[in-house]
Amino acid sequence: MTPVLDIKGLTTEFRVKNGWHAAVRGIDLSVNANETLAVVGESGSGKSVTALSTLRLLPQTGARISRGEVGFGGRDLTKLSEREMSRIRGNDIAMIFQEPMTSLNPTMTVGDQIAEGLLIHRGMSRTEAAKEARRLLDEVRVPDPARRVNDYPHQFSGGMRQRAMIAIALACRPKLLLADEPTTALDVTVQAQVLSLLDDLKRDRGMAIVFITHNLGVVAQIADRVAVMYAGEIVETATCDTLFADPVHPYTEALLKAMPRVDRKAESLEPIPGSVPSISARPAGCVYAPRCNYVQPSCAAHPSLVPVGGNHEARCPVRADKGEAA
Amino acid sequence: MIRYVIRRLLLAIPTLLAMLTMVFVLVRLVPGDAAVSMLGDQASEQALDALRARLGLDQPIHVQYLTFLGDMLRGDFGTSMSSGRSVLSEVWQVLPYTLELTAAAMVIGVLFGLPLGTFAALYRNRWPDYTTRLLSLTGLSFPGFVSGILMLLAFAVWLRWLPVMSSASSDPLTHMRNLALPALNLGLIMTAYITRVTRSSMLNVLGEDFIRTARAKGVRPGPLVMRHALRNALIPIVTVVGLYFGTLIGNSVLTEIVFTRPGLGKLILGALQSRDYTLLQGLMVIFAAFVILVNLLTDLIYAAVDPRVSYAK
Repeated sequence: MTPVLDIKGLTTEFRVKNGWHAAVRGIDLSVNANETLAVVGESGSGKSVTALSTLRLLPQTGARISRGEVGFGGRDLTKLSEREMSRIRGNDIAMIFQEPMTSLNPTMTVGDQIAEGLLIHRGMSRTEAAKEARRLLDEVRVPDPARRVNDYPHQFSGGMRQRAMIAIALACRPKLLLADEPTTALDVTVQAQVLSLLDDLKRDRGMAIVFITHNLGVVAQIADRVAVMYAGEIVETATCDTLFADPVHPYTEALLKAMPRVDRKAESLEPIPGSVPSISARPAGCVYAPRCNYVQPSCAAHPSLVPVGGNHEARCPVRADKGEAA
Repeated sequence: MIRYVIRRLLLAIPTLLAMLTMVFVLVRLVPGDAAVSMLGDQASEQALDALRARLGLDQPIHVQYLTFLGDMLRGDFGTSMSSGRSVLSEVWQVLPYTLELTAAAMVIGVLFGLPLGTFAALYRNRWPDYTTRLLSLTGLSFPGFVSGILMLLAFAVWLRWLPVMSSASSDPLTHMRNLALPALNLGLIMTAYITRVTRSSMLNVLGEDFIRTARAKGVRPGPLVMRHALRNALIPIVTVVGLYFGTLIGNSVLTEIVFTRPGLGKLILGALQSRDYTLLQGLMVIFAAFVILVNLLTDLIYAAVDPRVSYAK
């Protein structure tokens, strides 16, 4: 099966004080139809930049995609013109953002905001689009959609706004959905509802989802496959079950140990010391080495992502053997 | 909505009262004797006393104050000391000219200021932005009467395209030609101002998350600005332009004087020169009431622009 999205060697750089520094460094990612790929990592690991690069929504100045390709529907999105990109945005690829409170236009009704994509890409009439907006609000389980469609965002709660965002994203039946921490700003109960909603929609429509999060609990609930990012690189990728059962990269292991679980005492949580190095101060060898418990002299050389069995890959020569043994 | 308007009008009463008191004090602080300036320094003492009695100037100050307040609140602005006609009729006669001028300036300001400010914001820190900023700064730092005189020199004296004196005319074309220069002068100041406000407001809005959402939907740059950014950017613009209205009226006075155009400006100048207290205080009250009214109007425009603002309760 050809993947819906196939990113190869993507490098995105930002200008910091007159120098260009990579926020995302040569990453490979692919996701198939009817599959949810979770991209996990701490703040500053390059998850959001990856998604924004895919849709080419990076700031127009001070950011650039310097290498690699973003394969979608047989085309390389990095080569398209702005006009061609705008035909893909919201139509074939949609994106949901982290902040439902600020991501909706406060001076447009929710219905108009949902209908807008339909007017642009589907050439619907206003009445058709309004009707479809109502149906979409119903589909994302907003109660009383016939009335709610005329509401403004400030009349919606946080959870409802995120549902409205999902309705906007799904309006044109995209093949790929980029969800950038869509549940982070929500209450846990609302979060669970939104996750199950996304999961249902994926199955009903055979959509491919790239789900960006820093929350491993969310990953366990929704992901088929996981890519762990650290300092702009993918350090480990595996199916969801494999990753949780048998993490290879020390960073993945540390993330799992830092995750609270009901079957363990809170004292057993191990926070990872230090933080992700800033993009202008990335170490030359293994980027995780300064925070790693297993560090060896060989870590001074930059490791590459190697298979450790099945579809499981990790960027750690020190621990790769452990993976193969398992 | 109606209740909100009523509440706002009630709230305007203390403002109005404070303003009236200030006008009363200010007018009486102007050096010189009104009776002397009206009758000339050759007038006899009896004639002066008689005039003072007729004007109520012989009364104790607090009686004068109360009479003044009572008259003002009843809408009786008195009779002009110099012309002998009622202040209201003096004002009504020239008010259309001033309103026409300020309205034309406002239209010019909005018509040019909004696109220029938006343009500058879209090309932030590139040459279109620098040029626009330089021009608007020049426009703002130029006193209205200086730019007025320069424009008169350029368009009326050297190029002879437009008249030097903008007096009244019943012919619509002549009327527009007369209006052109003063309106342009005032309008350029307004343009400079609106450009600046629009630029900064637009820059704020363009950085908002919902703009990114719109781009992610596939909205093209044109509709992105028109449909998503501009309306949100308008909220602060309306506020600031409303606040600026008082200054605009002040500038219109200077403009009218420079272009010898009939209007409140000339009336004020005349009142000042002839020390016409009643006309002067009547004018100040009317000006201030006007500014209060515009502020109320500004608040009502919010509701039209921003759905989050509701005056229902």
